[in-house]
Amino acid sequence: MTREIAVVAFARTDHRRGADELSEVEMLMPVLHEVLDRTGLKTADIGFTCSGSCDYLAGRAFSFTLALDGVGAWPPISESHVEMDGAWALYEAWTKLLAGDADTALVYSYGKSTPGSVRDVLTRQLDPYYVAPLWPDSVALAALQAQALIDAGDTDEPALAAVAARSRGSRADAAPQGDYVVRPLRTGDCPPVVDGAAAVVLAAGDRARELCERPAWIRGIDHRIEAHALGVRDLTDSPSTRLAAERAGAFRRPVDTAELHAPFSSQEVVLRKALRLDDGVRVNPSGGALAANPVMAAGLVRIGEAAAGIHRGRSDRALAHATSGPCLQQNLVAVLEGDPR
Amino acid sequence: MSKEPVAVVGIGQTRHVAARRDVSIAGLVREAAQRALEDAELTWADVDAVVIGKAPDFFEGVMMPELYLADALGAVGKPMLRVHTAGSVGGSTALVAANLVAARVHGTVLTLAFEKQSESNAMWGLSLPIPFQQPLLAGAGGFFAPHVRAYMRRSGAPDTVGSLVAYKDRRNALRNPYAHLHEHDITLEKVQASPMLWDPIRYSETCPSSDGACAMVLTDRAGAARAPRPVAWMHGGAMRSEPTLFAGKDCVSPQAGKDCAADVYRQAGIADPRREIDAVEMYVPFSWYEPMWLENLGFADEGEGWKLTESGVTELDGDLPVDMSGGVLSTNPIGASGMIRFAEAALQVRGLAGEHQVEGARRVLGHAYGGGSQFFSMWLVGSEPPAS
Repeated sequence: MTREIAVVAFARTDHRRGADELSEVEMLMPVLHEVLDRTGLKTADIGFTCSGSCDYLAGRAFSFTLALDGVGAWPPISESHVEMDGAWALYEAWTKLLAGDADTALVYSYGKSTPGSVRDVLTRQLDPYYVAPLWPDSVALAALQAQALIDAGDTDEPALAAVAARSRGSRADAAPQGDYVVRPLRTGDCPPVVDGAAAVVLAAGDRARELCERPAWIRGIDHRIEAHALGVRDLTDSPSTRLAAERAGAFRRPVDTAELHAPFSSQEVVLRKALRLDDGVRVNPSGGALAANPVMAAGLVRIGEAAAGIHRGRSDRALAHATSGPCLQQNLVAVLEGDPR
Repeated sequence: MSKEPVAVVGIGQTRHVAARRDVSIAGLVREAAQRALEDAELTWADVDAVVIGKAPDFFEGVMMPELYLADALGAVGKPMLRVHTAGSVGGSTALVAANLVAARVHGTVLTLAFEKQSESNAMWGLSLPIPFQQPLLAGAGGFFAPHVRAYMRRSGAPDTVGSLVAYKDRRNALRNPYAHLHEHDITLEKVQASPMLWDPIRYSETCPSSDGACAMVLTDRAGAARAPRPVAWMHGGAMRSEPTLFAGKDCVSPQAGKDCAADVYRQAGIADPRREIDAVEMYVPFSWYEPMWLENLGFADEGEGWKLTESGVTELDGDLPVDMSGGVLSTNPIGASGMIRFAEAALQVRGLAGEHQVEGARRVLGHAYGGGSQFFSMWLVGSEPPAS
């Protein structure tokens, strides 16, 4: 019998377009306080703390240490950090609870994309010898993927526009898609560049029931990575997402809600296919990454939003997805459930 | 539900040097991983997941390099995690990997840490100026030298203790073919005559800049039973963090280090570390950190650590050998340095440390720290499976 672990609280910033006047720590502190207040926990009550962030967004080495100062790691805490989206920090914390080393975990992540040109910054994660020197930016690479989907007959530009409009809460014919950024992707197909932070509290077993009226139990969670070189991948498919979903038990029973981390409208098409989501599933009621894409936090936000739907009784079984790397290279899938009502 | 016991069945490192211009970053990490798999007599297909760690991405100028390294490490189709906890990262990475086995998420995990310092310049990578934030000064030496001064003043240790540590570690490195520095003509006089860099730290008392990678294969009880060579069993492991700077922080002997060691000893059932632990491979980037950590880790009372160093206790043939591999003072691929400490501890209890083997080492502590003496990770490994 493995340990039952649940998301018991979630908070996110309102993902302001730019947070010029705030440091990363100042942006993060309110969401940390919010999840702690919601559970009545103090920093000292938390068994394990894990965060996700990226020095390349911060523009300095060891940027996460400043955030830790804000968390208030005194007396010293059991703590770790991944240079990944916060969804993977949540995964590490989940394994820590699963092993029985802790009963509660605080997970947070944050990123400020607006100080630099995030399109260019993301080129630094490409193969440093053969690809990065060419500076192919993230929109250009996503456009290659979108064109491959159109060529394969999986989608067309009006369908992409409909994804974008639905994500931003408007009718397709009402939302201007804007000009092409990189053909075939228009402004509306691309994620807005925002700053943001998110935090989640995990708890195991009875502790979760004490802290939350309706915990969002993590029934399964798994992540997989694909080859880095785009040339050896079929960009119209996401085998890593499918495999992670299988391992997380996503296909055992249908989900009612899916929070997909698809920064580009075309990537939702790929993910829907890989996850076999039909029209009966509510996809991205939060608006998804097309409404707000705080880099390094957007994946954790998906898990948090899926959990919040369960907390509020709007969902009983939800799938949450996070991605990293160019054109959905690395993917994480979590399946969350509420207790039967 | 009890945790699954974790065993180290494979260890691999590159021969650490100042610049590996013959290989890419991918080539470097694959070399260490391949050697760890060969040691375990396993193939890439036997690995369920990969956990990789390194220090700041600015050190090579590649953002989140694990994405690009997925192919080289055989991770395609598998889970891959990237840990970053400052200088302690090599140790933390091993602990995150060990936890995947302990929690029974995976049976066999490849863990690896690296740094290819020659791709960039670590000192200035650490010193990027950010408005309205306290600068770290010129690299780590400028940050840590005042803490060493504070230790000297507090303990009354003679000025020569640091040079004794450096002289010992550089001689230990001569026995380790993987160590970066092999100074065959080293003498104590040469160490003491080397230029002063950050008073009181001299050139020969500071770590080099290295290119290198270290990998380990961790597995469960069933995997250990199939291992072709002796295994190292994990008896305890912990991480602790505290803020960088705050009123009341003890920079000489941080509370987080004490708490981390206490947690490891509790897990391993160690009541008296000085008597029950046979050797220590600790993270000593500047010579004086040996006596400082001996106290922080509970091997000596406060103010007494330097006496162990001065009386030869920490020599390879001493009563409590420290940094048998030559330590960080002889090899420093920053992100990998913590894992090299953990791997050396495992090599010792497996009896496979070659010329720097401590006879009869049954329980050895591996230690790493990072940031402003604020991130700690440690594990204690043994030649026998943990009790329970």
